[in-house]
Amino acid sequence: MSNQSPWILPAGIDEVLPLQARRIERVRTRMLETFDRWGYELVVPPMVEFIDTLLVGTGEDLDLETLKVTDGLSGRQLGVRADMTPQVARMDAHSLPPVDERRLCYIGTVIRAKTDGLGGSRAPMQVGAELFGSDGPEADVEVISLMTEALAVGGCQAMTLDLGHVGVFRALVRAAGLDGSREDQLRDSLTRKAVPEIRQTLVDWSLDAPLAEAIESLCDLHGPWQATIDEAKQRLKGLLDAEGQAALERLATVAEAIETRVTGEVLVDLSELHGYHYQTGLVYAAYSPRMGREIARGGRYDDIGRVFGRSRPALGFSLDLRDLLGQSDDETPVRQTVYAPARLNDPALDRAVDELREQGYRVITTKSIPEGAPRLAAVGDGQTQTWQLTGELDHG
Amino acid sequence: MSQSDQIVVALSKGRIFKETLPLLASVGIEPLEDPDKSRKLILETSDPSVRLLILRASDVPTYVQHGAADIGVAGKDVLFEHGGDGLFELVDLKIAQCKLMVAGKPGALERAGRIRVATKYTRSAESYFADRGRQIELIKLYGSMELAPLVDLGDCIVDVVDTGNTLRANGLEPLEHIAEISSRLIVNRAAQKLKHARVTDFVDRVEQYLEGK
Repeated sequence: MSNQSPWILPAGIDEVLPLQARRIERVRTRMLETFDRWGYELVVPPMVEFIDTLLVGTGEDLDLETLKVTDGLSGRQLGVRADMTPQVARMDAHSLPPVDERRLCYIGTVIRAKTDGLGGSRAPMQVGAELFGSDGPEADVEVISLMTEALAVGGCQAMTLDLGHVGVFRALVRAAGLDGSREDQLRDSLTRKAVPEIRQTLVDWSLDAPLAEAIESLCDLHGPWQATIDEAKQRLKGLLDAEGQAALERLATVAEAIETRVTGEVLVDLSELHGYHYQTGLVYAAYSPRMGREIARGGRYDDIGRVFGRSRPALGFSLDLRDLLGQSDDETPVRQTVYAPARLNDPALDRAVDELREQGYRVITTKSIPEGAPRLAAVGDGQTQTWQLTGELDHG
Repeated sequence: MSQSDQIVVALSKGRIFKETLPLLASVGIEPLEDPDKSRKLILETSDPSVRLLILRASDVPTYVQHGAADIGVAGKDVLFEHGGDGLFELVDLKIAQCKLMVAGKPGALERAGRIRVATKYTRSAESYFADRGRQIELIKLYGSMELAPLVDLGDCIVDVVDTGNTLRANGLEPLEHIAEISSRLIVNRAAQKLKHARVTDFVDRVEQYLEGK
């Protein structure tokens, strides 16, 4: 294996070839157009930052995901962005003047130090939108609707929405009086719905039976939203504090409103706690039949701005643009291509080529024109020579 | 991911397959062929909407994680090694039960300094000894771990132990208990959402069968 080809790419890093690149670009343009129509302003967060600013207020997970290098100029450590959400939150809280509400969107490649199992891409093209300053259910519904709209313009029509709320689990943790490390351990088991493991753990911690049953039941509390929330109210009765009950109510309000706006099924899953460390409320994900994992996800993270001096409600979603490539078979239209001979000092030919390009044709000037391809051909000779388009066009 | 009206179940040959058959029968699924006799890797079942994939045990979580199978049956030992990302481990099927243990010649762990651990369960071994602050040198093997200490390829081994007969026959003994192992019903995250009704029904029926046993 010592003869490794010099052309090998690092694990999880991929190049994009023309056909795919054209598709990506088309989806990208449409998506940004959609964001713009919804009032979300495009921002471009920096590719690298000092590690202390890049990671401030985020969890250990993001630290381990961040690729680090030493800055030769300052001697400080630099990190390559692994997630743009915290950067955009900082731009809202720190770089821009305070306003009541702000809508921002972003697109760009992020780098993950670890291949994160599924898909395995270490350089996802992250697209996302964030809404700051609004804590009502209207904002939740707006962002989830925008997420489904973005997926639709990306070619992903059929999808299932899955909603959760970290507030329910948090309320049970409070009621049980668990410390941080036990909370983490439990959360880890819950995200895997590892019922046998949770049962054993709660017995080991000698938790009260009703509370233990309630925590275990979070694994079961998933399915069509209405039935699931009704069942949750039954099974968690008397165990949730006001905050926990409000979380369930919020979930119901949002699920009901979102169901009228999307075609797919709306599910609720109370053990969905992804991004738990900075999420504070509603979490949501979209699933597509063509993929073994979620295709887009997001949630509320009302606290993240605090470290930048402006704590305020925030929520958003993000997805990997490359995931959308497999979602639709529609071919991106290619321009009509015509050929012209490559010649120096022929102003008449140059003019003809310019004209065609202005009309929207793709004109390739070359010495080897493919046989039978539409082309610019000389008509007449000497002073009266002109260039005309001949040959059969593919369309239009 | 398989089509929305289809369910694909990943199993491994041998012990897990034999002990899973009654479970499948309880949900009305019987393979139309015997995997020990057939060379086919995809088995049709008495239920036209359910197919079985016959895999190597350690590959089951990978197939389910990527959505190539919706449901799988995998030992907890295999899940430890895999990490369980993207999976739900819904039910303890209480089949293929055994223990994950450190084993070796008596007193093998009492020596000072770094010990050499021969195992195919590298991730489990690494995290077990790391939790105890013990430095180890891992020696990755694919089978017959019991041999390693006998020919001084390692000080101890990490392996699943059922009766302990193989250990004793080779002059080794169980030294430390790492975890109880049994097979789990695992489900792909996305399948749980997208085929919610079918998957939940399948899991519920398996649970009912287990409770009635």
